[in-house]
Amino acid sequence: MYAIKTEGLTKYYGKTRGIEKVSLQVEQGDFFGFIGPNGAGKSTLIRTLLGLISKTSGQAEILSMDVSKQREEILSRIGYLPSETALYSGMKVKDALALSARLRKADCHSEAEALCKRLELDPERQIDRLSLGNRKKVGIVCALQHKPDLYILDEPTSGLDPLMQKEFYAILKERNEQGATVFLSSHVLSEIGRYCKNAAIIRNGQILACDSVERLGHTGVKKVQLRGARETPTLEGIKDVKRENDTLSFLYSGQIGALLEALLDLAPADVSLTDPELDEVFLHYYAKEEM
Amino acid sequence: MTIFRHEMKRGALALAIWTAAISFMLAVCVFIYPEMAGEMDQISDMFADMGAFSDAFGMDQLNFGEFMGYFGIECGNTLGIGGALFAAILGISMLSKEEKDGTAEFLFSHPVSRSRALGEKLLSMLCSLLILNLAVVAACLLSALIVGVEVHYGKLLLMFLAYFLLQVEIAAITFGISAFLKRGGLGIGLGLALGFYFMNIASNLLEELEFLKYLTPYGFADGGHVINNYSLEWRSLSVGMALAAAGIIVGFRKYLKKDLS
Repeated sequence: MYAIKTEGLTKYYGKTRGIEKVSLQVEQGDFFGFIGPNGAGKSTLIRTLLGLISKTSGQAEILSMDVSKQREEILSRIGYLPSETALYSGMKVKDALALSARLRKADCHSEAEALCKRLELDPERQIDRLSLGNRKKVGIVCALQHKPDLYILDEPTSGLDPLMQKEFYAILKERNEQGATVFLSSHVLSEIGRYCKNAAIIRNGQILACDSVERLGHTGVKKVQLRGARETPTLEGIKDVKRENDTLSFLYSGQIGALLEALLDLAPADVSLTDPELDEVFLHYYAKEEM
Repeated sequence: MTIFRHEMKRGALALAIWTAAISFMLAVCVFIYPEMAGEMDQISDMFADMGAFSDAFGMDQLNFGEFMGYFGIECGNTLGIGGALFAAILGISMLSKEEKDGTAEFLFSHPVSRSRALGEKLLSMLCSLLILNLAVVAACLLSALIVGVEVHYGKLLLMFLAYFLLQVEIAAITFGISAFLKRGGLGIGLGLALGFYFMNIASNLLEELEFLKYLTPYGFADGGHVINNYSLEWRSLSVGMALAAAGIIVGFRKYLKKDLS
């Protein structure tokens, strides 16, 4: 069963492209990363799934329910954290949390208290006086306090300090282990690589790749580092060449045999061949698209 | 009724300030009446003989020498303008403030249907107007009782009903406009309320613009007509209530399909 399933989902704002023919499947219980730079269409997809904006064409289901027909049932089982947390002014933190719970017709008092404690958020503070990070924490508690089946989180850690980020992901991991699905949109690739099982990469409103985070890393591309090499091998499939002190590094997507032959001529002092980091993979997908 | 309660709470301070201000102004009008009553015969003749100025404000139709005539012009203008401005501010911000403040995303990512949210917002708007008017009626009656003037309660309450309906019409139309806005719109709301007021003045001044009386809510809330005929001008009222209904229907239709940012 899928937590999120879209088929050719398209959204145009007049003539401007939002997302185009997005087909995506996120299984229940997954910890799914949604990667893309600003303006790629991440928030548009999320807003379409939540019914905040209407689709132009295509299909979208959440927890096997049609997003355009069963919006309220879907939203009662979702916890959503927007990229920018806007809250009603003139309230205390505890009032905002209580309002969110009342809108869900749920008693979340004890869970809200526990989350506030873990995230070091004072419920007695005025919303208007909160820092960006603390506002984010209020948004997090609103999204988590009713223990939903699906968490949709749009750039969740922006504004949080590293310690709070760690605690936030610890909570998410616990919820995921209890069976909830996490759908996490981010351009911070390290957090996707660290926490997500599967991920999709979006660019210009279209999905470029969707696979397990592990397989996305195995793109047939190797990261090559040569210490003591004077020049770059003259081979096809070499990209992203960098030189730092006496170390030359590049991404290589050709035959390994040809690479080894070329390295013999260069006679470097040391050689390392590794799978690239997720951010390098991300650049690889983007570069591939540009060619 | 979570959204209704939330809206009432959010608007409580503004409601209290507008209610206190209008009630205070009306009470002052009532309290100074006995001082002016002795000179009213001359004032009444003078006001009635001011030509176009008298026509514009309907002073040729009312007797300033009687409390009801005085009330119809002095107090009526206070509540007529003050109440209309409050109604316009309330209506124009009712839906647009959610997008302006970025809270639409918070509200509508909860399991709340848009039609329910709009229904509760509309109810809170009408409730706010009702509270303001009840408080103003109470302040006016109390002041009249203290001062000891002779009041025709039926006509007085009919005047208050007319002003309440005037506010409802303005609030409903601006509510409809609010559904189209993403950023505030205070100027549009206030401009509309004052535009209606000046339409009534223009219709009193120029015969060829008399039709404007049927387009502005000040037409059915005209003190001269209400007090002299002990009834509301039904054609103007019908047009007004039709415009109010149209404002609400258009607002709902637009907002239910709107892409929220």
